[in-house]
Amino acid sequence: MDRVPVLKLGDILIVSIQIDLQDQSVLALQEDLADRVVATGARGVIIDITAVEIVDSFIGRMLATIAAISRMLDAETVVVGMRPAVAITLVELGLSLGGVRTALNLEKGVALLNHLDGAQIVTAAQ
Amino acid sequence: MTTFDELPIKSNSDVVLVRQHVRTAAVDVGLSLVDQTKVVTAASELARNALVYAGGGQVRIEIVNNGIRKGLRLAFSDTGPGIPDIPQALTDGWTTGGGLGLGLSGSRRLVDEFDLQSAPGEGTLITVTKWAR
Repeated sequence: MDRVPVLKLGDILIVSIQIDLQDQSVLALQEDLADRVVATGARGVIIDITAVEIVDSFIGRMLATIAAISRMLDAETVVVGMRPAVAITLVELGLSLGGVRTALNLEKGVALLNHLDGAQIVTAAQ
Repeated sequence: MTTFDELPIKSNSDVVLVRQHVRTAAVDVGLSLVDQTKVVTAASELARNALVYAGGGQVRIEIVNNGIRKGLRLAFSDTGPGIPDIPQALTDGWTTGGGLGLGLSGSRRLVDEFDLQSAPGEGTLITVTKWAR
């Protein structure tokens, strides 16, 4: 089984999926990410799916689960780089990933996380 | 001329292989990128279903021609427990496997033709076709 590497950049964890994911690799990634979020105190997780050719209901559910787990561990998740054909297929499949934040690319994903973090600080100060 | 390919579905790595073979065939047939993505996604759902619900099965990948257009036909067969209530199984959100219940209903939306034959104790045969535009 291939494992997907989790990279740390400042207080963001970055995962770039470059392989055709087997179900077990997906489950391993979920656990690895939860461990790393806690170990590093990361405030954001970015999952880059630029290289991913299809997202089926299993992988889609994994993205939603990772987002939910990270949120419980005080980190926001942004999925970046979804291909247009993947977006069209996901919606037709019936999976609109309502609970998952998305950004068009890595740069916008980082900007979104910074923006969210700023908003949280403002809320906390009020 | 009709060409076809048969693959076993016995493990998670076979599901990945099925996706790759279906992608290659979809490119050969001349499906658009969006249609390739749809049919590969449907294949992934149906292959996983065969694995999860029937403990495995097989897929026949066939390039077909109706005289006007070329198409890709996939036949997933298994000798598992079969589906007792087919309309219920085709309902969005219905699942007995702990998933989202989108595998069958969602795959049906992603292809042009969808045929499901199943009876309790007699396994399941699902045939889907996607035509080139």
